[in-house]
Amino acid sequence: MIFVPRKEFTHKIENVSRRGLLKGLGIGGGLVVMARLMPSGALAADMHEKYDTGATGMPHGTVNDPHVFIAIAPNGTVTIVAARAEMGTGAARTSLPMIIAEELDADWSRVKIVQGPGDEPRYGNQDTDGSRSVRHFLQPMRQCGAAMRLMLEMAAAKHWGVDVSQVHASNHEIVNAANGKKLGYGDVAAAASAMPMPAVDKLTFKDPANYRYIGKGNVSIVDLHDITVGKAHYGGDHRLPGQVFAVIARPPVTGGKLVSFDATEAKKVPGVIKVMEAQGWQPPGTKFAPLGGVAVIAKSTGAAIKGRDALKIVWDDGPNKDFDSVAYRTQLEDAVKAPGEVVRNEGDVDAAFKSAAKVVTRDYYTAAFVHTPMEPPVALAHVAGGKAEIWAPVQSPWGTREDIAKLLDLPVDKVRVNTMLLGGGFGRKSKCDYAQEAALLSKALGVPVQVQWTREDDVRHSFNHGENAQRIEAAVDANNKVVGWRHRSAAPSILSTFKKGVDHQFAIEVSMGLVDVPFAIPNIRCETGAAVAHSRIGWFRSVRNIPHGFAIQSFVAEMAHELGKDPKDMLLELIGPPRIVDPRTQIAKDMFWDYGEPWDSYPIDAGRLRGVAELAAEKAGWGKTLPPGHGMGIAAHRSFVTYVATVVQVAVDDKGNITVPQVDYAIDCGFHVNPERIMSQCEGGSVMGMTLAKYSAITFKNGRVQQGNFDDYQMLRINESPKVTNVHIVPATYDVHASGVGEPPIPPFAPALCNAIFAATGKRVRNLPIADQLKT
Amino acid sequence: MITLRVNGQEHTTSADPSLPLLWFLRDELNLTGTKFGCGEALCGACTVHIDGEAVRSCGIVLSDVSGKSVVTIEGLDAHGDHPVQKAWRAVNVPQCGYCQAGQIMQASALLAKNPKPSDSEIDEAMSGNICRCGCYQRIHTAVRLAATGV
Ligand code: FES
Ligand code: FES
Repeated sequence: MIFVPRKEFTHKIENVSRRGLLKGLGIGGGLVVMARLMPSGALAADMHEKYDTGATGMPHGTVNDPHVFIAIAPNGTVTIVAARAEMGTGAARTSLPMIIAEELDADWSRVKIVQGPGDEPRYGNQDTDGSRSVRHFLQPMRQCGAAMRLMLEMAAAKHWGVDVSQVHASNHEIVNAANGKKLGYGDVAAAASAMPMPAVDKLTFKDPANYRYIGKGNVSIVDLHDITVGKAHYGGDHRLPGQVFAVIARPPVTGGKLVSFDATEAKKVPGVIKVMEAQGWQPPGTKFAPLGGVAVIAKSTGAAIKGRDALKIVWDDGPNKDFDSVAYRTQLEDAVKAPGEVVRNEGDVDAAFKSAAKVVTRDYYTAAFVHTPMEPPVALAHVAGGKAEIWAPVQSPWGTREDIAKLLDLPVDKVRVNTMLLGGGFGRKSKCDYAQEAALLSKALGVPVQVQWTREDDVRHSFNHGENAQRIEAAVDANNKVVGWRHRSAAPSILSTFKKGVDHQFAIEVSMGLVDVPFAIPNIRCETGAAVAHSRIGWFRSVRNIPHGFAIQSFVAEMAHELGKDPKDMLLELIGPPRIVDPRTQIAKDMFWDYGEPWDSYPIDAGRLRGVAELAAEKAGWGKTLPPGHGMGIAAHRSFVTYVATVVQVAVDDKGNITVPQVDYAIDCGFHVNPERIMSQCEGGSVMGMTLAKYSAITFKNGRVQQGNFDDYQMLRINESPKVTNVHIVPATYDVHASGVGEPPIPPFAPALCNAIFAATGKRVRNLPIADQLKT
Repeated sequence: MITLRVNGQEHTTSADPSLPLLWFLRDELNLTGTKFGCGEALCGACTVHIDGEAVRSCGIVLSDVSGKSVVTIEGLDAHGDHPVQKAWRAVNVPQCGYCQAGQIMQASALLAKNPKPSDSEIDEAMSGNICRCGCYQRIHTAVRLAATGV
């Protein structure tokens, strides 16, 4: 979901290294690669207005060179490279290649996708995170496709001896307007390779009226067939001759380390080959380094697990040995009762509260939780002969490559990282500790080693979404208007994973729903409370937007109740009239982050937030009479520069069991490529949102995570899932800049659900998960 | 020595009789279509058919399947065109896809026994299979489609 602070932020799209000589895509064989070197910045022109994105601030920016991404074989097969990681959104392997195919005017049924390895200097940024794939790569992928189309046209024109203006590429053919003759893309592929690069102003883009794929939702994900027949290859599915299988017993307390172990019984387990110490590092501040412990190497993962169960280990639990979630909660809740570090200050908040006719104060708490992608972390490594090769489901293949190179003290060009399909990521697989573990073991043993995390490993040794205590206070004047807003948030920071001594949230966290609150209130103050991390803290799909969105959108409905207003009307009143909300001058220095985007391309637009709230309400039938025991709740939240509103209808029975007959999502993510996958992301957001609201909590006692598997860390199942999730996508033209989709469906779900529960029962849930708070 | 059939082929193995079937399939036979999700029969990712019944392969050991016939996702249909597989594609069910082999094996076992399940029978039968990506609405639609053609 985010970023990793890196120093190479100075890379620009223009600085991307160009290769003087093309040697093919470097992946499959037998491809004819087209054309030659492209001069720097050659593809800047755009018949649609070009706009800046945060891509230029990402390591290695973007690449718009068609030679890097497209190859056309003599038989016309177009091969497109997917360079980013595919974890289920469809963006990496379907939507981005679709953009190329659209502008190339290729026939999608003749397009093949190959996965590129970790190589950012070649492909541009590959850190698949932060809902950035389409947002950052829409423009360069269009440019790639359009440039390749023009080169094909130039080659055909030369073949016929006519001016290029006389030929026209359409659906895998080039047509000669003078005589109607046609050439296939494959026929001119080789000739096109001799063409000079098109001049900048020669590039044209398709009229959206002629789109065949973009915006249509008529393309299935490219791996669909393989998935249904068991042939899709995920992280643990690659096999090498001589490979062995490993699991690791890690320190049960974060910051602990190994004292000694007795492997006598473990070695007796059939199939166990070896038991050895695994090197580790103690957080905080250790980034994605392995935790270390004891590794059991075996002929199968099953044997390794059995061997691990038989180990006797003595640990030094270290400084977090007494960490306890109950006491920690009190600490965080105390922190938000007192003034904290001011991160936004607008107007005169103290005066507003002093002169208020009424002050409303509410406290919210959300537990820690973890990602549990269906595929637990897993990686295969082969380190030998001064080289390392990794096969792993990683969100950041290049980041993994750099980390492995550093870990093994190898030059980065001696490391190859093959990006496998991810069986879910959600931010967990942005952290490549599992690949590092496999690399260390393979180096020690000299054979390929696959490290498999069990589900218990995943639940207990993750990079947690941290606990969050919040207090929101509103000052209301004599006219029932909210005139003052004070919001405090205390949570352990992600930054603690990258450095020591961190005790407050940093810019990226406070800009996820705290300081960017888009309300039309004249006096606003936001503060953070102190919180020190006692476990590894990471980012989870939509990150701090989850707790901040929960507190704010619950509070809006609470204010509606206090002031006798309809919750939707209250929400619209607080959002205020359509306008650009610019809080930047009110926010503390270096504390604002607009998801890495340039403000002018992606300002905070209150009109769009209103728009989704109104659309979701209308589609859900807001205000209609519901059966007894039913209620409707609404929430709207901007995250990853996308606007989402959710209306949940809930039914609560007399035992406190909740069912959700209908959910309506309205999403405004600007210009969109693949509406079918936007729908699937919202449908999935509905399920994940309800899992978070209903169940998600990991708790610590004596420094140890108390949960381990899906019996005590529960996931929503089909029989308790929302029955129907309707998705309404706000139509948009290209000038409404494409924004994120993967994460934004999550934040509004829990508050919409809890607001619905209040409407149904009069019970207000201020602590997540709901667990059995409603049980009678 | 244990002998069993997997996807119609007979295998005799000297592997540890207490090894869960899942790991025999994945690590010995390289049939990686069957997935590991929990190891405790809690998620359904590892579902296979044993003599026609949907079984969690993580929760059954080799000695228990001696002489039995195991079908994995790779062997469900020679052309990958089992009605459930076709329905899954028609509805575009998967997101990441990792849980889907287990979902398909569970759904196909359900329909073999109960060709026209009710909505609640579908939910009941599929409730042991977790999908973290949250494809449940489409899973339900696809099972119904495979059963009824609509
Ligand atoms: S892996 Fe067997 S049920 Fe989860
Ligand atoms: S599709 Fe990802 S877990 Fe089901």
